[in-house]
Amino acid sequence: MAGGIVVRDLNAWFGNAHVLHGISVTIAPKAVTAVIGPSGCGKSTFIRCLNRMHEVVPGARVAGSVRVEGTDVYAPGVDPVQVRRKIGMVFQKPNPFPTMSVFDNVVAGLRLGGVRERSVLDEAAEQALRQAALWDEVKDQLGKSGVSLSGGQQQRVCIARALAVEPEVLLMDEPCSALDPIATAKIEELILELRSTLTIVIVTHNMQQAARVSESTGFFLMGELVEFGVTRGLFTNPHDKQTEDYITGRFG
Amino acid sequence: MSWLSALAAALVVLPLLLIFGFLLWQGASAVNVDFFTHLPKPVGEVGGGMANAIVGTLILLALAAALGLPIGILGGLYLAESRDARLPWLARFLADVLNGVPSIVVGIFAYTVVVLPMRRFSAIAGAFALAVIMLPIVVRTSEELVRLVPASLREAALALGIPQWKVLLRVVLPTARAGIITGVMVAIARVAGETAPLLFTAFGNRFWHQTLDQPIAALPLQIFAYAIAPYDDWHRQAWAGALVLIGLVFAVSLAARVVTSGRFTGVR
Repeated sequence: MAGGIVVRDLNAWFGNAHVLHGISVTIAPKAVTAVIGPSGCGKSTFIRCLNRMHEVVPGARVAGSVRVEGTDVYAPGVDPVQVRRKIGMVFQKPNPFPTMSVFDNVVAGLRLGGVRERSVLDEAAEQALRQAALWDEVKDQLGKSGVSLSGGQQQRVCIARALAVEPEVLLMDEPCSALDPIATAKIEELILELRSTLTIVIVTHNMQQAARVSESTGFFLMGELVEFGVTRGLFTNPHDKQTEDYITGRFG
Repeated sequence: MSWLSALAAALVVLPLLLIFGFLLWQGASAVNVDFFTHLPKPVGEVGGGMANAIVGTLILLALAAALGLPIGILGGLYLAESRDARLPWLARFLADVLNGVPSIVVGIFAYTVVVLPMRRFSAIAGAFALAVIMLPIVVRTSEELVRLVPASLREAALALGIPQWKVLLRVVLPTARAGIITGVMVAIARVAGETAPLLFTAFGNRFWHQTLDQPIAALPLQIFAYAIAPYDDWHRQAWAGALVLIGLVFAVSLAARVVTSGRFTGVR
């Protein structure tokens, strides 16, 4: 299978701390995959390895292979900048660029990637904002500062910003953890709409959220992938005792 | 306790108010159109102005900024972003030492490396000396402000597939811009009044300078020369020069504030 994300024997370190242990998993294309687990289990590190953001942290190291939509992202000679252009990322806290307007935020990836034509940027901004279900709310405020919007809107600006460069994969690192339930519901709705066009991997603390939005779920514990499978199966009939303990709320 | 700190705050502002008031009292009468448009008169003649010194100071500041700011800001960016441990530590330490070097020593340095090889005093030599004094201030404030830019913005930009250098120039620096400009203004204000490093670099000039490789007049030098002279009229003009110098620094700071308050700003 060429599409999706194929991870083989992935290990990651922060300095001497070995934080991911031999992860192997195949993530289906054009579907939503959730990554759950208690704090510090390595789930964020895992998705940061998929777009080579892990190595941005001083002292961080990766070994193993990751193929995203057919490309080995850790092959020698592969430019991490090119890898990240194809893989969008949304972070825990909304982080629009404070010196840019809503419009400039959304097209930042294109513009700093060298696209100059106004018509192309206009079109991309509208399309991305529509995809992020934000167009109707902000179409009259495109010139306003990106940080003047509400938290939920800011997060959707960040999603639009990631979508504007037309990535094949969207990584979401606890995208709703700083949002209220209404904003969270909007983002979840959005995820369900986007899944037909994108491969989505979402890290979440919230098991109900994983159950609501994902087809497959992986459970991480202490840097290991304990169990991976169809979401409904994993939540109703976990194979592993640790998974069962976690989803029934015995720890975490 | 609160009245005590209020008193302390008042005592902090008091010297500035006193200086400004005294300058107004002593110098305001000599500030007129002639002061801004005329050259100094020969000894014995009353009147004249410091037009050449005002323009000279502006030119020296502009040249010094052109030399010092790009190096200082990029240097600060490097110190804030570098992952290497030793070289930034050394550079930071040396910048702090340079900040403490008496300005007259910087003047001697500029005399040695610019004036002697060129075999003449010049605006360039003066600007070089001022740039050296600005450098550590600009480097250190730029570094501090770049550090204040949240890592999450860097990550957001990197994750968009933007190359590191573009992330720094187009996302990190603009976010730190407002604060860096404040630091730059502090640096310019600091060197605007420097006299000692100009004594044997820019040297001063009672006439208009013709080119930048010639001696150039500067307000602090003119104030110094007039203040130690035995003529009452020159003393009045020295006071007026000091008043104009302070007004100049004030105007430049205000302009920078206005310019940077327009767009969305990041950290201050």
